[in-house]
Amino acid sequence: MSHRLEQVVPFRFDLSTLLPRSVATLYSHLVTRPTGQALRLGIEGQLAEVGQLCLSVLDFSQVSILDFSCADETVAKLLARYRAEDRPAEAYFVARGIAERHREPIEGALARRALALVAETDAGEVVLLGEVPPMHRMAWGAVQALGRASVAEVAARLGVPAAMAAPVLEDLAALRVVLRPPGGEPAYYALEPMVRGR
Amino acid sequence: VRVIPVPTTLEERSFDQLVEALGGESGAGADGTAGGAEARVLFDARRLRWVDPYGMLGLLAAGEVAKRRGAAPLLQLPESAEVASYLARMAFLEQAETIFEVHGGVRRGDGGGGGPSDVLLEITPIRSHGDVHAIVDRVQERAGAILSRQLGHPVSSVVQFSVVLSEVCQNILEHADAGGWVATQTYNWTRRLGRKVAVLAVMDLGIGFRASLAGAHAPRLGDRWSDAAALEAAFLHGLTRFHDPGRGQGLQQIRKSVGRWAGRVSIRSGTARIAQVPDWDDGAPLEEGLPAFPGAQIGIVLPARAPAEGAS
Repeated sequence: MSHRLEQVVPFRFDLSTLLPRSVATLYSHLVTRPTGQALRLGIEGQLAEVGQLCLSVLDFSQVSILDFSCADETVAKLLARYRAEDRPAEAYFVARGIAERHREPIEGALARRALALVAETDAGEVVLLGEVPPMHRMAWGAVQALGRASVAEVAARLGVPAAMAAPVLEDLAALRVVLRPPGGEPAYYALEPMVRGR
Repeated sequence: VRVIPVPTTLEERSFDQLVEALGGESGAGADGTAGGAEARVLFDARRLRWVDPYGMLGLLAAGEVAKRRGAAPLLQLPESAEVASYLARMAFLEQAETIFEVHGGVRRGDGGGGGPSDVLLEITPIRSHGDVHAIVDRVQERAGAILSRQLGHPVSSVVQFSVVLSEVCQNILEHADAGGWVATQTYNWTRRLGRKVAVLAVMDLGIGFRASLAGAHAPRLGDRWSDAAALEAAFLHGLTRFHDPGRGQGLQQIRKSVGRWAGRVSIRSGTARIAQVPDWDDGAPLEEGLPAFPGAQIGIVLPARAPAEGAS
C-alpha cells in the first residue's frame, strides 16, 4: 500500500516567535547552547503533538544572529534526532528565510554531524545545505526540479545508469532531504514543493 | 607588602611580565591557590602609560590570583589622567573594586564625557549564558558604527563579530568551569600597523585547556601531554572534553572569521600560548615555557580594512 502524500502535515515553526515561548527570557538573537536546546525541545514538543508524518518549516527570516553553538543545538541535533532509527516521529524539515548570515553556522553544524538540510534562501532560491557529494547534490536537484521522480527519471535527467542513481536516491532519503514513502514502486518527493502545496 | 610594578605598557606581551612578577616568589601553584603564607601584594600602576583590553583584564586576573592566595591586593592607580580616564570609561574601576583595595589616581566618574565612541564593550563579567545574551545585545548597538564606519568593514561583519564574541564568551562557560571577563575597544595602531584595530580580550581563571581536555585526550599523548599540546588539540584540531561531534567548532569558526579579517587570535593557558598569526604580525605561532597562570586568556586583534581591500 502506498503512502498517501495528503497525510503529510506541513507544520511551520517561526523560530523568532517560538523562542520566547521556549525560554524564560526573550532573546532577539539565537546564541548559546541553552537557548538552542530550549528551542529544539520546544519544536520536539510540538511535533509530538502532531503525531503523524509531518513536514516542518524552520523559519529563520526574523533571526538576526545565529551562532555556531546554537545552530548545532537547534538545527543539527534536531535533524540528527529525527534521522535516527529510534526517532520519535516521522518528521521532515525545511528551513526558510535563510540569509547569508545564517549559512555558515548552519553549514558548519551540519558538516560536523554529516547531515543535510533543504533550505529556501531569503532570495527565494531552494538549496541543499551541508557537505553532500556532487552526485548526490545533482540527484537532489533533479528531484527538486521534478517534484516527484522515479529512479529512472532521475537517472535519465543525470545521464547515468539507474543502478548508479538508485543508491544515491536512497542515501538522500536516509538523509531525509527527499521523502520516499514506504511500499510500492520507489518514488522520491522533493520536500520544498510540498511546503508550498505544489 | 610585596610590590609588583605594572609595566608602563600593558597588553598581551607585557602581561607575561606581570605574571612572572606575581608568580615567581609566591610558591603558589599555577591554579593560583595558596602555597603558604603570602605577603600582601601591591600592584603599582602609577607609571602605566598605555593599556588595552587584554592588559586591563590581565591586571584584574592577576589581582584575583593574588587575592586567592591571601588578603585583597592593593592597586595604586595610574598617575596619567588620560590612562585613568580611559580605565574609568572601560568600567575597569567597578571591577577592580571587587578585587583590589584601590588607591590614588582618577576615580570613577572622573573620566567624564558622554560615552566614548571607541568603546565597543566595557569590561563585563561572564558568569552565565544570560550574560552572553546581554553582551551580544549590547554590542549590536555600537558594533555597526565602529566596525563599519571606523574600521571600514562591511555591515555584515557586525553579525560575524557578534558570533565571534558569543562563541569566545561561551568558551569560558563551557570549558573553564569558572566565570571570566570580556572587553573590546578600538585603537589607532599607527606605528605598528598604520591602521585602526579592534582589540577583543576574554579571560578566565578556570581550569585551563590542559585540565579541561586531560580526561579525553591526555592518555593518548602520555608524557607529551602539556599546555601546548592541549592548546594545539583545541585550537588547531577542534577537540574538546565532550564526546560530541558538534562541540569544538566555536574556536575553529573564530579562527576562520578572524583569518577572514586578516586578524590575529591567540590563546594563553598555563605555560603556553598558541596564535594564528597574520602577515603583519611577527609573533610566534606557539610559545612554551611562559610563566604559569591559571585559566585561559584569549586575545583577538581585528585590523581596519586596508584601502586596497575596501576598493575590491
